[in-house]
Amino acid sequence: MIEATTTQLRKTALNSAHRRMGAKMVNFGGWDMPVEYSGIVSEHIATRTAAGLFDVSHMGEIELRGPQALDLVQFVTCNDAARLTDGQAQYSGLMTAAGTFVDDLLVHKISDGHYFLCVNASNQDKDFEYIRSAAIRFSAKVENSGERYSQLAIQGPKALGILTRFTRAPIASLKYYHFLAGEVDGVRALIARTGYTGEDGFEIYFAPEHSEKLWNALLEAGRPEGLLPCGLGARNTLRLEAGMCLYGHEIDDTTTVWEANLGWICKLGKGDFLGRTALQAQKESGIRRTLAGFEMQDRLIARDGYPVLAANGQKAGGVTSGSPAPFLKKNIGMAYVPVESSAPGTAIRIGIRSQEALAKIVPLPFYKRPR
Amino acid sequence: MYPSDYRYTKEHEWVRVEGDLATIGITDYAQHELGDVVYVELPKPGTKLKTGETFGTVESVKAVSDIYAPVSGEVTEVNSALAETPETINKDPHGKAWLIKLKLANSSELAKLMNASAYEAYVADKQKEASAP
Repeated sequence: MIEATTTQLRKTALNSAHRRMGAKMVNFGGWDMPVEYSGIVSEHIATRTAAGLFDVSHMGEIELRGPQALDLVQFVTCNDAARLTDGQAQYSGLMTAAGTFVDDLLVHKISDGHYFLCVNASNQDKDFEYIRSAAIRFSAKVENSGERYSQLAIQGPKALGILTRFTRAPIASLKYYHFLAGEVDGVRALIARTGYTGEDGFEIYFAPEHSEKLWNALLEAGRPEGLLPCGLGARNTLRLEAGMCLYGHEIDDTTTVWEANLGWICKLGKGDFLGRTALQAQKESGIRRTLAGFEMQDRLIARDGYPVLAANGQKAGGVTSGSPAPFLKKNIGMAYVPVESSAPGTAIRIGIRSQEALAKIVPLPFYKRPR
Repeated sequence: MYPSDYRYTKEHEWVRVEGDLATIGITDYAQHELGDVVYVELPKPGTKLKTGETFGTVESVKAVSDIYAPVSGEVTEVNSALAETPETINKDPHGKAWLIKLKLANSSELAKLMNASAYEAYVADKQKEASAP
């Protein structure tokens, strides 16, 4: 039984490297992934103060090519991809007809006829099928190209300095949410100034056969500067401190951009797209619940799925992500709460095991990097 | 690694017995699986515990883990220092990071627990499973 399930796990090209390095491995959405190397706290702090290196090759890539590639992107996502210039990326949502999330994603414009999407690992096949069925109406080809790419993220205040040693591409002048094609240690790569940690940094896409070479080169060069290899555990606490959403937690096919505080990625005026009618209607009628950040007022830790309680003890909402915040040294989280309980400073109560713990609504993000 | 005079459970607690007093903690394997421990919740002295009953919670950054009573008895003392320094559980799980002391209700229950070599074999099996892919 055990063998049957474990052999089905998907692996990145760095799987044996992670195991050799003694990483603790977990099943993450069907992928055998490192959750931590030296410990979530030390990896998190290293990324905030120096740099962290993450294997995020499990993330999916989907490419749209053809004369109507833009029209297809526009139809299935809620942000306005027409605003992108070549070499620019945007955060967006893949929408159901009901205006909820099939997934959240990064849309990279490579050229007029070529868009490169980075989607969540466990959603990539679902996303691909979804976009492909929508593509019937458009002159555009859809490729599920996840297996053609490894992805490394190097994040933190020293990420630029470390990566600069391996490339002649002008990455120092690359703006946030822009990317370029270049070489990293002689390997052809798409280098994007994006990330999921709240730090400056880069996400690098390249052919999987070069994974160990690049991983080892960046690790070796970064170690003396304080860089640590990081697992998905630190990736999660870093994105939570930065107030970023995680699919399956803050957003899914029951939540909308308005509820998730993601109105800034929804451009109703851009023309027709999946979910637009529903999103227009909800914008007019208003929302009843909203995503909010909170800080625990005592030592208890709220976790994903714990209930937010109304004054009468009834469930009024739920925690979507909750954790100790290693850099802020507080216990924080995000939760859906009734709109009337969502203003910063509002006291809320969270059911933790048999207790009711006090928390306070705080503005998002919890952490903003010094500039 | 695992002290030979301790007894162990499948849920990764250890028990050290002196007379009719049992000291209870979690094993090195358990702390390693949890990762950085950040919070510990323990019962009050005087609490009566039955074998297998949940008596506390250990939380790491990533996970929440219930702790089960390996034997029955009455709590005589809790390690209150862990409230301020929960990371001791990662550093010294078999020593300074003991969780509670129990006055044993029935010392014959100890015979049902694993000795160190049985527990080591049990843990080795778990690790083999984990490295299977």
